[in-house]
Amino acid sequence: MTLGYLVRRFGAVLLVLAIVTFAVFAVTMLLPGNAAIMILGEYGSDDQIAALEKQLNLNRPWWEQYASWVGGALQGDFGMSLRLSLPVTEVVLPALANSAALAAVALLAVTLIAIPLGAYAALHRGKPADLIIGLFAYIGASMPEFVTATLLLVIFAGPGREFLPAGGFVAPGESIIGFLSHVALPATALGLVLMAHISRQVRSEMSDVLASDFVRAARLKGLTERRVVWRHALPNSLAPAIAVISLDIGYLLGGIIVVEEIFAWPGLGRLLIYALENRDLPVIQAVTLLLAMVYALSNLLSDIVIAAFDPRVRYG
Amino acid sequence: MAELLRSPTGIAGTVLLSIVIAMAALGPFIAPYDPQTFHPIARLQGPSWAHLLGTDQFGRDILSRLLDGAPSTISFGLGATLLGVAAGSFIGVVAGVAGGAVDSVIMRLVDGLLAIPDLLFTLLIVTILGGGTGYAMLAVAVAFTPGMARISRSAVLSVRTRDYVLAAQARGESWGWIVGFEVLPNALSPIIVEATIRVAFAIMIGATLGFLGLGAQPPSTEWGLMVAEARQFMFRNPWMVAVPGIAIALAALGFNLFGDALRDALDPRGRR
Repeated sequence: MTLGYLVRRFGAVLLVLAIVTFAVFAVTMLLPGNAAIMILGEYGSDDQIAALEKQLNLNRPWWEQYASWVGGALQGDFGMSLRLSLPVTEVVLPALANSAALAAVALLAVTLIAIPLGAYAALHRGKPADLIIGLFAYIGASMPEFVTATLLLVIFAGPGREFLPAGGFVAPGESIIGFLSHVALPATALGLVLMAHISRQVRSEMSDVLASDFVRAARLKGLTERRVVWRHALPNSLAPAIAVISLDIGYLLGGIIVVEEIFAWPGLGRLLIYALENRDLPVIQAVTLLLAMVYALSNLLSDIVIAAFDPRVRYG
Repeated sequence: MAELLRSPTGIAGTVLLSIVIAMAALGPFIAPYDPQTFHPIARLQGPSWAHLLGTDQFGRDILSRLLDGAPSTISFGLGATLLGVAAGSFIGVVAGVAGGAVDSVIMRLVDGLLAIPDLLFTLLIVTILGGGTGYAMLAVAVAFTPGMARISRSAVLSVRTRDYVLAAQARGESWGWIVGFEVLPNALSPIIVEATIRVAFAIMIGATLGFLGLGAQPPSTEWGLMVAEARQFMFRNPWMVAVPGIAIALAALGFNLFGDALRDALDPRGRR
């Protein structure tokens, strides 16, 4: 991994983000309805509407609007929310923190469970345990988050068996137990699909590695099976798993929208649905850009981690 | 086909897929009741001989509603995928065949669009176009386009410099002929495999949009909408959410399994 590679890769991310800003802006320009009329309601006078349009720069040509939006965004200023009468940044940043907490719990749990599960399946290829794990993975990959989430609610939060709260949020700083009990169901709903993907990926990589020459050599050397698995096979199967995890961040970000809505988790997803329903353009723009940025950066991070992890990968 | 039925995945996928397609084709005709008829004396019931999968808050027969909703749910997945695959493959083939600056510009755009998660992209487009089944389908198709463009481009690139393509060029065939008769048929199998798996996604996203109230509208029996309408009553009759929810999962599972088996059957390296 050379410095040149990093610079080029980072440049590519910047280019992608530039394209995303353009796409997001184009999408919001195309939204039906005039924002000024939306804010003032049907009864705003023409003068009021014209004044507000001027204030929101709606009367300027699109490229000027785009330039001023990107200019502001670069300085961390996404304008004012049209509905909440707050600067967008003040609305979005706490939501981002809450979403990040949910995503982190889900990812951590998934990684800790899926990697051993996949490795176990690879070590018992063709045995019942492997088939059960495989079946579970397929079912997990075929359940949309809203189905999993709703079924989890029925099972764990129904009247008479309220094992866990049906929704809401408690900050970890306030009460760790409260946070964990509130995060359990949404994180499970989010994690199931990822668990399926990652365990399958680890299984298939691990199977290849177990059949490879260096593992055979390690066995012939007389190393214990445990050492062969933990020191030789597993570490070499992880780089592709990391690649899948980072691609799955895309799923996670999509899934988070639905899951937060169902469990009333005050994060970016719930904010986005609120903003879409209320045509709160600056909030829609900021949230979309933020989600795309997280995705692009996680892909970059995974490339770097893979390059650092796997000596065979050489990016010139 | 014989290759497909050799693995357990292939058998399970084919069986599930056949059931799903049969439901989509025949569902409304074999439903035991009218899906919208109220049975006021049998509301929010669990399964019984009269109502095999129970009834909803109006006493409507859940099995009949499920069967009635199969065509719209499945055709949404198929239609959205077909549109997305067509548009994406067209763009990917143009990029792959043209190469050079055209290719670079198209692929950078595709990269940018791929940085927006599928569901988010779909939600944005649905908000522009407005809700409803037709627009939701279009939105999913648009969201699928960049990914399909990337896959079909790489499929085209892998065959573009093969000898038979060069031979056709040397014979002086037109570009259109070469693309249509030499490149596309040989680049088709990865596109078909990807498309099959994407149907599963499209069904899931379509149901999610229905669930969020942005896709099919009441009184439709689209499965995602059925789950959404059932949420209010889910604690009184869990069957109302479980039945359509599991049906969505089984339909997606069928396409996932079948797609994977198709990949193994079409990819000679996968054979052991």
